[in-house]
Amino acid sequence: MHVEVYGLSKRFGNFEAAKQINFGIEQGKLIGLLGPSGSGKTTVLRMLSGLEHPDSGDILFHGVRVNEQSPQARGIGFVFQNYALFRHMTVYDNIAFGLTVQRKSKVVIRERVTELIELTGLKGMEKRLPHQLSGGQRQRVAFARALAPEPQLLLLDEPFAAIDAKVRKELRAWLKETIHRVGITSIFVTHDQEEAVEVADEIIIMNQGKVEQQGTPIEIYQNPHSAFVASFVGESTVLDPFAGLHGFEDPLPQSKALIRPEYVEIGLEKELAIPHAAERGIVRDVQFRGANWLVIVEVGTHLLSGYRSHEKPLLKLGDDVHVLIHRIYTFNEQQAELRENRLKFDPMPVYI
Amino acid sequence: MSENVDRQKHLSEGPWAKGILIGIALLFLLLILVLPLFTVFMQAFRKGVEVYFAAITQSDARSAIKLTLIAAGIAVPLNLMFGFAAAWAITRFRFKGKNLLITLIDLPFAVSPVIAGLIFVLLFGARGMFGPWLADHDIKIIFAMPGIVLATIFVTFPFVARELIPIMQNQGTLEEEAAASMGANGWTILRRVTLPNIKWGLLYGVILCNARAMGEFGAVSVVSGHIRGETNTLPLHVEILYNEYQFAASFAVASLLVLLALVTLLVKSILEWKQKQVLSQGQGE
Amino acid sequence: MFRTLKERSILPGFGLSMGFVLLYLGLIVLFPLTGIVLKTFELTWGEFWQIFTNPRVLAAFKVSFMTSLIAAFVNACFGLLVAWVLVRYRFVGKRWIDGLIDLPFALPTAVAGISLTAIYSQNGFIGGILQSFGIKGAYSQLGITIALIFIGLPFVVRTVQPVLQELEREVEEASAILGARRWGTFRSVIFPEIMPSLLTGFALAFARGIGEYGSVVFISGNMPMKTEVVPLLIMTKLEQYDYAGATAIAFVLLLVSFFLLFIINYFQWRISKRVSAM
Repeated sequence: MHVEVYGLSKRFGNFEAAKQINFGIEQGKLIGLLGPSGSGKTTVLRMLSGLEHPDSGDILFHGVRVNEQSPQARGIGFVFQNYALFRHMTVYDNIAFGLTVQRKSKVVIRERVTELIELTGLKGMEKRLPHQLSGGQRQRVAFARALAPEPQLLLLDEPFAAIDAKVRKELRAWLKETIHRVGITSIFVTHDQEEAVEVADEIIIMNQGKVEQQGTPIEIYQNPHSAFVASFVGESTVLDPFAGLHGFEDPLPQSKALIRPEYVEIGLEKELAIPHAAERGIVRDVQFRGANWLVIVEVGTHLLSGYRSHEKPLLKLGDDVHVLIHRIYTFNEQQAELRENRLKFDPMPVYI
Repeated sequence: MSENVDRQKHLSEGPWAKGILIGIALLFLLLILVLPLFTVFMQAFRKGVEVYFAAITQSDARSAIKLTLIAAGIAVPLNLMFGFAAAWAITRFRFKGKNLLITLIDLPFAVSPVIAGLIFVLLFGARGMFGPWLADHDIKIIFAMPGIVLATIFVTFPFVARELIPIMQNQGTLEEEAAASMGANGWTILRRVTLPNIKWGLLYGVILCNARAMGEFGAVSVVSGHIRGETNTLPLHVEILYNEYQFAASFAVASLLVLLALVTLLVKSILEWKQKQVLSQGQGE
Repeated sequence: MFRTLKERSILPGFGLSMGFVLLYLGLIVLFPLTGIVLKTFELTWGEFWQIFTNPRVLAAFKVSFMTSLIAAFVNACFGLLVAWVLVRYRFVGKRWIDGLIDLPFALPTAVAGISLTAIYSQNGFIGGILQSFGIKGAYSQLGITIALIFIGLPFVVRTVQPVLQELEREVEEASAILGARRWGTFRSVIFPEIMPSLLTGFALAFARGIGEYGSVVFISGNMPMKTEVVPLLIMTKLEQYDYAGATAIAFVLLLVSFFLLFIINYFQWRISKRVSAM
């Protein structure tokens, strides 16, 4: 285990930023620390780097406790949200900084910096100053600078927050690929669940200073351990209170249900594979979503939403439709459950 | 900007280093700033309280006070109008030569006060360009009030402008443009949109301008002719007393100016604090 | 004419404000200053050269430059220290001290002059101490320098302070994480960032120093060739009705001042260019 954290806690004045945080990260993994603002994720990152001192708890790198180590000594690379590039230094000098501090020879520095400039696609920009670069370029310089001294761990604080939406997608893919290529254990903080799901090998979801769940994106998505995780990742409609649906009779007492639109099939009777497992509903709204239609149906007293492909005939307001819900996520104070639609497996007996 | 003060152990100087740095800085300031301040009052009261009060209520001193007040009373409002007009033109419009204009406004800061006085002597003095013409019409500028006022205006006109320009620059033109697009005319915009926003900065500029106007020495010294009771401002009166070896009296009068300076500093601090409040409230919205 | 000078704006008052500004500047600044230029050009080149190369005049310039330079340098060092301490540390009375920095700005120069003379003259508090070491306080170039240190301090502190205040905390953190210790971070990261503002403050203090009159006239003793500075020399010549001489010297002083002003504005432009692009 490369990075381990036990009982990590930190408060600022009256605000508890981190409460008894535990997690472990294996060597070489790319971890997304995901959560809403104020969830404590940046605080955890800063404590790992030594920029903040935990009130209690232990931080171990390869089994060795590093709480007392200064940030200078921890061998960590850190990419700040606003890059924090050295304004008066060229791209080359920025990247070379960590090596210069270590008093490496000029030859070694030149080799390493050139290597990184190639890696980050910054060739030709060595002599430029930060204010002459675009946002994406600055981010890559920050990245190269952090990697130059060959750190054991790479930390990134909301690396894409300050970037244009269009460039963001490309940069995400590039970051993921580059980090995997270099093979360095990395943790990046983000509040964008789409980003975390796309980029990370594993996600640690935090909320209000606590770790809610740790797992691969698929695990988190398909098997959320708490209501918060279920609603934070992916889209969903919440039914509160939940009294049961066709195929989901016998709900948990005093529970709510969370339904993802991708698990809802809306259509005419002949379009559904298992129409008897479906509810009946009336179309209340049809919204164009580019790649498909978002259809909002009224089922009983609930409003559910689902996607509908352009290949299928158009639905209109007021249409009578069948709504097949494949699975729901249901939870109350004590329990949380992912339930499949029972009627999908218990076909109505066919009476000959 | 978050607290600059509470920093982590490895991100700031150790407590020993801090202590030494603070110590040296304070010692330096004590020597350079506090000591002179102290000295004025010490020397002023050296011959006792009676001599002190006699000095500041003596008739020449009173004339000097009156003259200082009049000079400032004319210079400051004029400079206020100028400062506002300049800030308005510079921050609300785009035009060529703006940088040149700003440099021109900074000019008095770069010019020695003696030169400031000299230029008016060259124009209006007995042997100056307009000297003969003025003599013919029996108008006295140099060695009289008008000269003092002119020199004072020259030396202090940048203050209000320099205060207002950054403030009005920061605020941007959105509010005023919104008002204009709703049909408000110039004066209405000024009165109801611009002035309320800049009032603290404006006041601050005025206070500073006033302090310099009342305390100006070099430029006024050149144009005044040092005629006691007539063309002596307070600072000049201090000089005259000093040159006559009436040290205690000189420092007594000087102490009045020190009090003025201290009050100016106090008001400045309060106004800065108020301006910060306005700014942070605006950002909080 | 104004319409072609500016782009269209919906805000009113351009004509009025610009008109007033130009009138004011013209009357108060440009017109009088051209007086000096004209008067100077009344002299022949030979006469001008004679005035300027007079040993007393040259000595005065030397004294002015040396004392201003040293004072500005001292202010640069200690001013930086003071600004640092005010921005970074907490201590008792910090608010008061911060306010006090502007004292030389708000205090009439004459008052500063007589007060400093009292302190540094032979029977003064510090003057006495210096005397026992055989050093002259007042009525020497040291006295002038000290007066100029007093005058120039706020220029450095107030120019550097805001820049220090705005320094991104993260840049220092980045430096620390990359392995630099405190002094290394200061030297490689912090100092270069504040260098332009420090230079600006230095230039401002220097410019102020060479033109300073009120605080210097009392403490210098005004000895020609020794402790006479250029503004004092100009004043003396005026009192002797040597208008030509006074004007010529003033003209040169003016040129130096403008040159410094130009440099200062250049630095400020450089700073703003780098900052705004980020």
